[in-house]
Amino acid sequence: MLAVQQPVPIPDVLSVPSNAPEHCPGTESELAGKADACAGCANQEICASGQTKGPDPALPFIRQRMSSVKRKILVLSGKGGVGKSTFTAQLGWAFAADEQLQTGIMDVDICGPSIPTILGIASEQVHSSSSGWSPVYVQDNLGVMSVGFMLPSAKDAVMWRGPKKNGLISQFLKDVDWGELDYLVIDTPPGTSDEHLSIVQFLKESGIDGAVVITTPQEVALQDVRREIDFCRKVGIRVLGLVENMSGFVCPSCKNESQIFKPSTGGGRRLAQDMGVDFLGAVPLDPRIGKSADYGVSFLDEYPDSPASTAYLDIIDKLKAKLGD
Amino acid sequence: MAAVEDTPVSRRLRSVKHIIIVCSGKGGVGKSSVSTQLALSLRASSPTARVGVLDVDLTGPSIPRMLGLDGHAVHQSSDGWVPVYADGSEARLACMSVGFLLKRREESIVWRGPKKNGMIRQFLSDVRWGELDYLVIDTPPGTSDEHLSLVEHMAPVHSRISAVLVTTPQAVALLDAMKCLSFTRATSIPVLGLIENMSGYVCPCCGDISNVFSTGGGEEMAKREGLRFLGSLPVDTELVSLLDAADPADAQSTQVLEDGGSVRSFRLLEQYQKTPTAPLFKNIVDQVVHALTAGEGRTEAS
Repeated sequence: MLAVQQPVPIPDVLSVPSNAPEHCPGTESELAGKADACAGCANQEICASGQTKGPDPALPFIRQRMSSVKRKILVLSGKGGVGKSTFTAQLGWAFAADEQLQTGIMDVDICGPSIPTILGIASEQVHSSSSGWSPVYVQDNLGVMSVGFMLPSAKDAVMWRGPKKNGLISQFLKDVDWGELDYLVIDTPPGTSDEHLSIVQFLKESGIDGAVVITTPQEVALQDVRREIDFCRKVGIRVLGLVENMSGFVCPSCKNESQIFKPSTGGGRRLAQDMGVDFLGAVPLDPRIGKSADYGVSFLDEYPDSPASTAYLDIIDKLKAKLGD
Repeated sequence: MAAVEDTPVSRRLRSVKHIIIVCSGKGGVGKSSVSTQLALSLRASSPTARVGVLDVDLTGPSIPRMLGLDGHAVHQSSDGWVPVYADGSEARLACMSVGFLLKRREESIVWRGPKKNGMIRQFLSDVRWGELDYLVIDTPPGTSDEHLSLVEHMAPVHSRISAVLVTTPQAVALLDAMKCLSFTRATSIPVLGLIENMSGYVCPCCGDISNVFSTGGGEEMAKREGLRFLGSLPVDTELVSLLDAADPADAQSTQVLEDGGSVRSFRLLEQYQKTPTAPLFKNIVDQVVHALTAGEGRTEAS
């Protein structure tokens, strides 16, 4: 029999938040369906039956979709605003500079998607076809998926609790028509919570090649990054290495370098040493990086001779070497 | 209006006059640094002001480090959890963070929404704050579980909540700040105003100002959205170092005092008042206090 494939509808991300009871123990919990809070919940029976503790029904579909993706790389940092999205974008552009390679960027920062702006495709929309949602293409060989493409207006807030975010991430993995990819770079939100756990669980079978952890030099950031590396160990993700961003600032006027975010406890280098991960390199703070991100252009293309570009490319080479490519 | 609901949270927060949520949408724009400064400056605003800081950034708590309280632990009393006092026996600056509950400082808290929700409810209902003039709540980036939980649990005291928005000047940050503003509007929380952080950097060498993260974007946004612009703060390396406990020797000399607090955190306010940012921030706090006492923040929401 011929199955007619229906386009997967693109969800309305502004619909009412899920109506789970306030103290829902979570569907995978031991107490699912049995806790006091479950009394009266419409899903109590399903949870109590143990059905929800079985493997996620989406997993086989994710595995199938991801079977055509060679390398899956996570970009992580416990701390926000250290340059995860900027690094993700540069990595995507750098991979895509080789016309032979197909690259995808997936933005799982559901509440603060920056990838569309940084890549200069903020006004684009996702289209749905019988083979899935089409990514938005920056260029022929660089496809992107982000919740930012699904919002009616950039100022709309996605006020979702964990389960809805997880649902969308699962759809990004199984319903997006990524095609054959050499690299899938996944940008994450700060922290160690739902998005991170979900992406790791969903990709467990398909395999994650590793994570790049981003930090800035000051201790307040390093504290969060230590936790992120601890998280990677807990869930069994290989840390490809650590990148220190905003490392030193060269004054455009007097050309002297100063430290805006002082590495009071030894910075990323020392942290990498202490935690036994590789230090991939330090990228100096260059105001043109932020400006390029605001305008949605590639810093590497705009300022190829700047020290920051050299640092980026050096890091990307090291990454490729670590991946064995 | 319906009678105020009686919940453990409302009972506990009955003795808190003003609740200020510090939020931004984007990470790394200085929410925790602003929360810390807000707490220090509010405490200094009157000789009797009592301030609490609640850190609900559960997977990335930074407040303990910034207040010089790394390594402290929370004690249980018959009347609830005892917050950590940054000013020791004076007990006018109380602090609570998940950071005080960790055994190792590099330990990651890997929690999904429901557990975060439970923790926040406990923070709001079980901490023995006592009488507070201001409770400053530092939030994680985004508009998700933590934020929804805060608003839900504090619904009975909603009339005393207001928000301060923090952003950096570049477009990518403003985008998230707009989302955060949409959140405060959707939940009818009045916004006291917006702070533009990391607006310019003064080269210590030649004194030239570089706009490392652009400039003016926050002020423009405030104008466009009809928000009070509380002020812009340049990147202040002295402040960064102070809140980061720069000198490792200094960090080592941090002794825990018998009555809570530490030598470093005790000196923190004094040292803070010497930074170039402190006078700028005093101006911000004056506006915040004025808005709160005038109650004019409320009109914006209605």
